[in-house]
Amino acid sequence: MATYVRNNWFWWVVTLTALAPMGWLAWRALTNSLGVDPVNTVNNVSGRAAMIVLFFSLACTPLNTIFGFRRALTVRRSLGLIAFAYASLHLLNFVGLDYGFDWNLIVQDAVLDKPYILAGSLALLLLALLAITSTRGWMRRLGRNWKRLHRLVYAAGVLVVLHFLWQAKAAERWEPLMYGGVLAALLLVRVPAVRNWLVRQRGARSARVSRPRAAQAD
Amino acid sequence: MVKISPSEITPEHVFLNRRRFMAAAGATAGALALAGCSTTPLSGRATDLVESDSPAVVVRRPQNLPPALAHTEPTASVNQDELGDPLNKFEEITNYNNFYEFSTNKESVAREAAGFNSYPWQVEITGLVNNPMVLDIDDIYKRYPQEERIYRLRCVEAWSMVIPWVGFPISAILKDAEPKSEARYVRFVTVYRPEEMRGQRSGILDWPYQEGLRMDEAMHPLAILATGMYGKPLTNQQGAPIRLVVPWKYGFKSIKSVVTLEVTDTIPDTTWSAAAPHEYGFYANVNPNVNHPRWSQASERRIGENGRRPTLMFNGYEEEVAYLYAGMDLTRSY
Ligand code: HEM
Repeated sequence: MATYVRNNWFWWVVTLTALAPMGWLAWRALTNSLGVDPVNTVNNVSGRAAMIVLFFSLACTPLNTIFGFRRALTVRRSLGLIAFAYASLHLLNFVGLDYGFDWNLIVQDAVLDKPYILAGSLALLLLALLAITSTRGWMRRLGRNWKRLHRLVYAAGVLVVLHFLWQAKAAERWEPLMYGGVLAALLLVRVPAVRNWLVRQRGARSARVSRPRAAQAD
Repeated sequence: MVKISPSEITPEHVFLNRRRFMAAAGATAGALALAGCSTTPLSGRATDLVESDSPAVVVRRPQNLPPALAHTEPTASVNQDELGDPLNKFEEITNYNNFYEFSTNKESVAREAAGFNSYPWQVEITGLVNNPMVLDIDDIYKRYPQEERIYRLRCVEAWSMVIPWVGFPISAILKDAEPKSEARYVRFVTVYRPEEMRGQRSGILDWPYQEGLRMDEAMHPLAILATGMYGKPLTNQQGAPIRLVVPWKYGFKSIKSVVTLEVTDTIPDTTWSAAAPHEYGFYANVNPNVNHPRWSQASERRIGENGRRPTLMFNGYEEEVAYLYAGMDLTRSY
């Protein structure tokens, strides 16, 4: 028991935190307090949660490689799946509550006329593909290709930012642009040259900290 | 704007006592007269005090309201529009507002606008008119018969409501101002009060908000200046105390908390078309066949309903207003 807690507390804390917006939505739905426009509330909360959780899952690998925070790797898959769950809710809300499952209207009104919906749909398709192939079995079956396939998560991230940016009004563009900046930083630290430089910086600093006498002697 | 001397502002305990006294007396007319003389010795205008969220803010409201605005509970003469669709609830209409002067979050505007001083208020009618005027809101209530108008409101964001406005045709005020022969357009301006409107302290739009109508649009009997809704004065979040309502155009044309009507001979700049000219034009007529560059306008979500309904040409007022645009290419004049 104590060992289980020691090994898994981080996973539980992160997973439950990432699921908190889902709980909040469920509670508001049950108490009929989703606001004047529930469709809009669910859309905004689920869309934002999907994107933010996705970005946290993108941060896991660099947290390990650059900062040596190995625990981050234990939550990567869980965060990716939760992002997919939020995105699925986001789609279900769109198709069901917003468009009332009117497929004709969805096709001509949404798919043909709204480019941002196309970007969102592609992103969701990629997330679905990654969710399905996130199991150990698929990892084994795909071998080296698994890593290549799962780099598509960055393409999904770019599509999500485009999706957000395209539907925002001029006055509100700062928010998708801000998330775009976050994504750009996450992409940048995965460029080998940048990553290696950051690792060296860190190495140098920790070396100074661990050898203060040597530093003084200089 | 008329300055209110401190003596005109009744301390809250006096107000509360007066309320108790009024209840005891049971004679509304007498109590109103008493209230009138005790609060406004200078102008004779009756004012009242109500508490807002923050105790530091004193919000005044008019007391001598015309009957059409004097209901204590939300009141409408019918419960549906002429197409048979139900009115939206008072709570829906007053908690879902696009009013960037207060917040870009439609459900936060009511809270952010709670401390806004919409009384006293003056509207200036100026520009190419023979009879420029500055009208006090109380004069407006008195001068122009306030009537109920049940209108659909279609937002450019593709949601809609049915709203029982109270107001009067803009044409009435314009006729009194006597536009000169060269008059072509009317420009409308929202109050500029960054100290009370936090959105105006940001650069998200060019403040103050401005809108415009062609003269024949403004003179159309369906185009009104609204002073109330559901039998009560407008709430701050709806653009108190007076706003434009042009039901066949997207909601952003219906400018809120108006202080200036300027008659011009040139097409006025409008806030949204200045911010994004390829997305928002001067006309902004509701049109299911002309899409917003980034989304379809063919359907809309009626607040309070699930699913979508088709958007109607000119928001369902085609028979009344289509002639205004005869011969125009509405895909270009969007
Ligand atoms: C089939 C896929 C998708 C559809 C149909 C869809 C649909 C929508 C719609 C209709 C909006 C609201 C636009 C508006 O308010 O006018 C929206 C906003 C948004 N979506 Fe999606 N979306 C999809 C996929 C995604 C995915 C995969 C993500 C993130 C991982 C995402 C994140 C967002 C965000 C952050 C917003 C902005 C919310 C806001 O305005 O507050 N969407 N989406």
